[in-house]
Amino acid sequence: MTDVTAIVDNGVNVEALLGAREALTEAPEAAKFVWRASSEWKGGTHTQSSVEGFFGLGEEQKHVKQFNYDSDHPEIFASEDKGSTPVEFILVGLAGCLTAGIASVAQNRGIQLHSVKATLDAPMDIQGILGIDGDVRNGFDAITVNYEIDADASEEDIAALVAQSQKRSAVFDIITNPTNVNVEVNK
Amino acid sequence: MINVIRQLIRPVGTTDVVVIGAGHAGLAASYFLSKHAIEHVVLERGEVANSWRNERWDSLKLLTPNWQSRLPGFEYAGEDPDGFMSMPEVVEFIEEYAKFSASPVQTDTTVQSVQRHLGAYRVVTNRGVWHAKAVVIASGACNIANKPRASQDVPEGIASLTAHDFRNADQLEPGGVLIVGASATGLQFADEIRKAGHEVTIATGEHVRLPRTYRGHDIQFWMHITGLLNEGYEEVDDVSRARGLPSPQLVGSHDAQILDLNRLSDNSVKIVGRLMGISNGTAQFSGSLRNVCALADLKMNRLLAAIDDWIENNAVLCDAPERFEATRVDDNPSLLMDLEGNDIRTVIWATGFRPDYSWLDVPVLDRKGRIRHEGGVVDAPGMYVLGLPMLRRRKSSFIHGIEDDARDLMAHLDHFIREGSMGSGSRAA
Repeated sequence: MTDVTAIVDNGVNVEALLGAREALTEAPEAAKFVWRASSEWKGGTHTQSSVEGFFGLGEEQKHVKQFNYDSDHPEIFASEDKGSTPVEFILVGLAGCLTAGIASVAQNRGIQLHSVKATLDAPMDIQGILGIDGDVRNGFDAITVNYEIDADASEEDIAALVAQSQKRSAVFDIITNPTNVNVEVNK
Repeated sequence: MINVIRQLIRPVGTTDVVVIGAGHAGLAASYFLSKHAIEHVVLERGEVANSWRNERWDSLKLLTPNWQSRLPGFEYAGEDPDGFMSMPEVVEFIEEYAKFSASPVQTDTTVQSVQRHLGAYRVVTNRGVWHAKAVVIASGACNIANKPRASQDVPEGIASLTAHDFRNADQLEPGGVLIVGASATGLQFADEIRKAGHEVTIATGEHVRLPRTYRGHDIQFWMHITGLLNEGYEEVDDVSRARGLPSPQLVGSHDAQILDLNRLSDNSVKIVGRLMGISNGTAQFSGSLRNVCALADLKMNRLLAAIDDWIENNAVLCDAPERFEATRVDDNPSLLMDLEGNDIRTVIWATGFRPDYSWLDVPVLDRKGRIRHEGGVVDAPGMYVLGLPMLRRRKSSFIHGIEDDARDLMAHLDHFIREGSMGSGSRAA
């Protein structure tokens, strides 16, 4: 550290994160989290979902308040468009996760960020979901994330931030790797 | 009960130190123990350099050039300092070292159990029991070839080999080969098997990309001269990560400047993402291929830039800096592969190795089965480990890296034995 080092502040408490990492290495049980959401059909293709409680550090936890989300489909699907299309929530989740990662990694590496903007594109052939062509998958063909980042760092250091963020991202992992999904119905 | 009686009637030896394993690490430990005039024995389950003899594939050569092949008090004396030793040559080198160091090696002696006993250690072997104040574990880092859980789901009729099973391409059935893992091992297998005429797919997770030569010299020369190889375990950011890094994509040969995924692509090897599972005969690959390649490219370029800086600061005359082509990744790498449909006849797991501590009955393993140690000083009095990656320094896993580690640890052991003896008052140092 030199005495001219500017104080980098991306608003991320890295000391707390590193402290948590150390503590959870010693107590791996506390690292087991469960994330939850609940939803209710409102009519048509409109569903309202909410998140509030989750489990972690060995006990029930709560967000500061309940967050609610409307999902629906656009009018060209003959829907009422009361909220985002569910697949768009996936893009929202990916953007939120990668960008949070970029801010944390930048803080840890002493890189001041000025702006971090992303656009996400995810082509999809809806012949899949409409059952027109069984060879077409339901989901995205691929996802492209385009970042525009203004930071006090070289192009290469910024590329490294984005790469490291992908490496540590939960949503990136969820999308790129298979997950067993169990959907059950309670009578 | 019968076991107890059987052990009671076996010969029992007492010594100060039992060294387990007569490879380069155990022999280096023995060299320094002799220097300290500490009585010891080196127990070897087979012959000297057993793993190098029996647990390596045919074409493997050391990843370090001959000039770097050096053990305490002993150097490479051949005519090709820039060449790379084949496994028979490594065995010969270590055999010569065993003679040179006159180590008290007992071959064909398999350690079956190490226990804590009356403030010392009891080492049970197939040829008797030893009692010792200290134990040096030098039994190797690569005893067991890792196989991920997905290996259980390889469809019947498709051969499933580990890196210990694979010797050469002649043992493979005709047809496609899926290689899982893209470290030095996986890349070398892919290159060799492709050249033998098989269709090859390589599943690629995080990897370390390195050129064989840079600016006119072997990469090991730069790693050595810049001091990188001497970087200590306490200096690196995340030592547990550094200890788990896959071996860099190197091959012991100057046939090409770099053996990387691009070179495999040029030879029509198919590059896919990390293998995540096999379900109903279909292999599933991660969609993270582009990022793991970007990470490896960035890290390689960071290392090359550090070397460039060092060259500039030290005004060394050598070839001009250069950068290698970024790893080429298909726009849409395959995510799924029906193994039988794609005529895959063999899957090879090049997914790393781990030590075997099944004989170690002292509670020093962590929940992941790794030995708990601080720079080789194990979390049990008088117990030491040698020859693991990044044990004390970046060079710890190399043959030439053992010297400094063994010197440090045997000095610690010497102190331990003298302190212990004085403490008990039984014997003057």
